[in-house]
Amino acid sequence: MSRIEAVLKTLKGQGRKALIPYITAGDPHPDVTVELMHTLVEAGADIIELGVPFSDPMADGPVIQLACERALKHGTSLRQVLGMVKTFRETDARTPVVLMGYLNPMEAMGYEAFADAAVDSGVDGILTVDLPPEEADDVAPLFTQRKLDAIFLLAPTTTDDRIRAISEHSSGYVYYVSFKGVTGAARINVDEVASKVAHIHEMTALPVGVGFGIRDAETAAAVGRVSDGVIVGSVLVDTIARNQADTAELKRALTDLLHPMREALDSLAS
Amino acid sequence: MSVKLTEEMLSALPDARGHFGAFGGRFVSETLMDSLMTLEKEYLQLKQDPEFQAKFDKDLADYVGRPSPLYFAERLTRETGGAQIWLKREDLNHTGAHKVNNTIGQALLAAFLGKKRIIAETGAGQHGVATATVCARLGLECHVFMGAEDVQRQSLNVFRMKLLGAEVHAVQSGTRTLKDAMNDAMRDWVTNVDDTFYIIGTVAGPHPYPMLVRDFQSVIGREIRSQAMDKVGKLPDALVACVGGGSNAIGMFHPFLADENVELYGVEAGGLGIASGQHAAPLCAGRPGVLHGNRTYLMEDENGQIAGTHSVSAGLDYPGVGPEHAWLKDIGRANYVSVTDEEALDGFRKLTRVEGIMPALETAHAVAYGVKLAAEMDKDQMLVINISGRGDKDIHTIANLDGIEI
Repeated sequence: MSRIEAVLKTLKGQGRKALIPYITAGDPHPDVTVELMHTLVEAGADIIELGVPFSDPMADGPVIQLACERALKHGTSLRQVLGMVKTFRETDARTPVVLMGYLNPMEAMGYEAFADAAVDSGVDGILTVDLPPEEADDVAPLFTQRKLDAIFLLAPTTTDDRIRAISEHSSGYVYYVSFKGVTGAARINVDEVASKVAHIHEMTALPVGVGFGIRDAETAAAVGRVSDGVIVGSVLVDTIARNQADTAELKRALTDLLHPMREALDSLAS
Repeated sequence: MSVKLTEEMLSALPDARGHFGAFGGRFVSETLMDSLMTLEKEYLQLKQDPEFQAKFDKDLADYVGRPSPLYFAERLTRETGGAQIWLKREDLNHTGAHKVNNTIGQALLAAFLGKKRIIAETGAGQHGVATATVCARLGLECHVFMGAEDVQRQSLNVFRMKLLGAEVHAVQSGTRTLKDAMNDAMRDWVTNVDDTFYIIGTVAGPHPYPMLVRDFQSVIGREIRSQAMDKVGKLPDALVACVGGGSNAIGMFHPFLADENVELYGVEAGGLGIASGQHAAPLCAGRPGVLHGNRTYLMEDENGQIAGTHSVSAGLDYPGVGPEHAWLKDIGRANYVSVTDEEALDGFRKLTRVEGIMPALETAHAVAYGVKLAAEMDKDQMLVINISGRGDKDIHTIANLDGIEI
């Protein structure tokens, strides 16, 4: 059983929901990313999604675009991101780490070399925004052979046939994009999410994490009630942007954001 | 090494997943997949629909003014002293470039799909103008995304788009050029996917765009075939076109791919020279990667981050290229070369002074290389340069370079 699977299974056994924060590696500076990952765990993260910065993040709104630009200004490369995970693993063997990003940096590194290095660094899952399963024939097997979870996206526009096919290609969890749009837009409609996630649950046994539009305890609880976990990204990245200069203050601000979400999610526990 | 292509092989490309050999495909986030698959299905049906094709042909004839002439550049030929140089006059199309062939076709598609809101990206502004034009004609809401730097250097086209009723969004992210405009157009599309049709301006992007843009632009090559037979009694020996994303080049080349005696030359923007690194020539100096929904040759750094590009012409200032060109390069069917900013400017001046035809700066790259190539060919040979657009939009850029204030 993968580390992701184990964590989600334990949570389910406790009737609890996963809190999955996202930050962009290298933002605001490569030197503080590992520290921030530990902060996220202390504030209640069950899984960390670590963004690999890309020059052209087409699926992201301005908040994460700017995070990519900040990270790339410091030359944050995919290899460096893998190094950060490796350092993180020296003191945290428990929290799963999912790399989230775009395909081209992996292609440039070479898929096999990347998959090997990911395992070696202690990465648990890979989520590639611009890689639908149709194009993943050469790539996804390299992950699954190495017991890396391949996490794919489902969207409000995904048809039933595709929900089934994508779920079959996925392991760990599936990531449901809560609305049509880019990251950071505030358009979430909880009723729509609830009915779609219930529908997805009928078609796959995999846990369903929901991301896009979750920004506070209230939205976290509302979405947590109808899913297996919530992914929180832009609101954290925006907090990083506003507290770049002072790492101690930044860690406090991230904790202040995540902690109420954790509590709100745990208050749902049956 | 060149491969002999047959009509049968060509009709099988792209394959069902939009691949041209190792290139092309559909690399987008999940939200867009359904729209792309619907578009593909509808397009493949309409392609066989005589009513749709008749409508397209009628618009090209009566609204665009096709066929565009194939003109023998007698004086340029004499001065060059080699092959006969012929010019395919896409600059005489309504709106002044080949771009409108494609926007007419895609707007028809949008109408068949019942979409009322149109978005487009643009570099030099020619595709933006061509999109705004068809939207004005059909009464569709039009949003054009344009890099903030391009908004500066192509202010004339920005004003044209506004006059036509389009909203121009100046894109401030990244390098503030064409690639960033395309990023923002994709972001808009993913947000408004239900009611919006994205008219992509070139043969790049996710499948089915490279295929359908190629099909709409192939009217260029089909006309050249019949015009060459009428006027000269044979097919041309060489075809030359500039390549940014590569739509005018594919449109010209595609009907000739199976004619192995017709040499194909795609001319990329060499900028300050390939060795300087300041260029926009992914086929000449890039490597395969994935950007904007397809696998193709890209300009990128060793970590897979997309590199900044440079060209005097905004329309060629793009780090990628259509996947079919990537495939044609790899199988050796087409030659891809580059000319520098300076050579292109010389080409602009030459065609203007010798033939009285002012080409766009993008087109001037093809002119510069075409003249160079013709000089090395025999007098009984025939070379066609695709005059993909007219140069009015670039007058300010040329004047600035000459230190003249207009």
